[in-house]
Amino acid sequence: MGLARNINQEPKSNKTSVRKSDLKVGLLFLAPSILLFSVFLFYPLVRTVYYSFHITDITGEQSVFVGMENYLFLFQDPVFYESLKATFLFVLYTVPTSIGVDLFLALLSNEKLKGIGFFRVIFSSTMGISAAASAVIWLFLFHPSVGFFNNVLNSLNLPVVQWLINPDWALLSVSITTIWMNLGFSFLILLGGLQNIDQTLYESAAIDGAGYFSRLWRITLPSLSPTLFFITTVTLINAFQSFGQIDILTGGGPNDATNLLVYSIYKEAFVNYHFGTASAQAIILFVFIFILTILQFKFAERKVHYQ
Amino acid sequence: MKEIRSKKFIFYTLLIISALVIFFPIFYAISVSFMSEGDVRARKLWPSDFTFSNYGSAFEQMPLLHYLKNSFIVSSVVMIGQLILSSLAAYTFAFLQFKGRNVLFFIFISTMLIPWEATMIPNFLMVQGLGWTNSYAGLTIPFFATAFGIFLLRQHFLTVPYELREASLIEGLGHFGFLTRVVVPYCKTSFITLGVYSFLTTWNMYLWPLLVTSDDSARTVQIGMKQLRSQEMATDWGGVMAGATIIVIPTLILLFLGQKQLQQGLTKGAIK
Repeated sequence: MGLARNINQEPKSNKTSVRKSDLKVGLLFLAPSILLFSVFLFYPLVRTVYYSFHITDITGEQSVFVGMENYLFLFQDPVFYESLKATFLFVLYTVPTSIGVDLFLALLSNEKLKGIGFFRVIFSSTMGISAAASAVIWLFLFHPSVGFFNNVLNSLNLPVVQWLINPDWALLSVSITTIWMNLGFSFLILLGGLQNIDQTLYESAAIDGAGYFSRLWRITLPSLSPTLFFITTVTLINAFQSFGQIDILTGGGPNDATNLLVYSIYKEAFVNYHFGTASAQAIILFVFIFILTILQFKFAERKVHYQ
Repeated sequence: MKEIRSKKFIFYTLLIISALVIFFPIFYAISVSFMSEGDVRARKLWPSDFTFSNYGSAFEQMPLLHYLKNSFIVSSVVMIGQLILSSLAAYTFAFLQFKGRNVLFFIFISTMLIPWEATMIPNFLMVQGLGWTNSYAGLTIPFFATAFGIFLLRQHFLTVPYELREASLIEGLGHFGFLTRVVVPYCKTSFITLGVYSFLTTWNMYLWPLLVTSDDSARTVQIGMKQLRSQEMATDWGGVMAGATIIVIPTLILLFLGQKQLQQGLTKGAIK
């Protein structure tokens, strides 16, 4: 990072007075962000930890200290166990598939072909479609009687599937919707990463007579690894934070089959008003995402090929 | 020559199939929004007779125009708030030097490790305590500070040539003058990227508006979508799809206009 590149060339005279005024201006410029981060992020995080050790009333005001009881309760609660299982399965269904599909689309769209701009617009289009709108559209596609998918199965003389009603299918159906709605963003980032690859690398490979797949394996993917690493982290974190599509498609059902972590927090806090156990779940979510991000960074440091 | 032509053929085939699969749900939603009830029940792919009545019923079922207005206001305010706060903070981290700056930068970046959902319970209680539920303030102010935006702008600010800064010092421009008259025009593309990105994400926000809007006064279109879905269920899919079409049009237009910009800008912020 070229953090100090420009600043080091600061005029040598009146250095200290420049620094002093820099501090004042800096704090002034940072003040609004520091204030908002403190009020709406750091303080609530501390407060969540506090709630997770307490039992509170509906306003969150009156509370009784219960120590680790909320956590102990959660780890014995079959509903929470189901929620964790569903969350991990959901991550497993969505993350590798998303990255595979998005990489495939980005590689296709990186070819210099006539009309490629049109395809790029189509592939990125789902980024402009909200979780709520996506979910409503897919709700219709999954509809048991008038939905498109069962219509196709019908015309092929196959048995229809209760996409969102059958507990064995619901999580998969929600996963497909999620992969589709998150496609646009990852596609744009991966395409950008591909376009940043130094073209001279390919020119020397072309002289060697390397084919498409050998170039893909030896040049494209290694050069793309920082982008792939970034998009894996983002997709993973996104999967853990999924909410809107679940609220509209299944409401966490059937039989809690799609009761993912954030949905479970929402229900526990704002339907059942158990702020204590909900906060304990929120802290578990925070720890998951924190560890994942740190692990990814550690892993990436060793494996990722930076140019 | 022959090899190149067959390679092209393969690529176009894959591109067209992918495009059909990916665009199908959008195409179908728009198509159903123009269908009569009979066509929907007959599971047609294309309306036998175009009707606009679904759009009428979408507007009748709920105050859709009011929700659209709310979404526009909330998204624009968050966008402007994020642009102002991010550019001030990014300026500090790119151009100013003082003790503790790097620690502050590290703290700012570390906020990306905190999932917003992990803090939503105290946030909700606080916003409720402030009397900000069902208000634009509650929907916008908590989102003004963004580590992503600060990082994105800072990366671009670092590329501003030193000569520009020297010249502005000689001309007697202060920090604020340098920021608004030199840095902002120089880094215009990053500002557009961040602007489009924050408008899109705010427009599409779901969980927070669900929590803090209990009546129509500040409710956004996304929550309207949920209402439309629960009110009508299986009875009027045409109306539901008309509603979905209306709420995605503004963001789709924005995306089509800003696609190139967004792609280049986001990549810059994400990778470099």
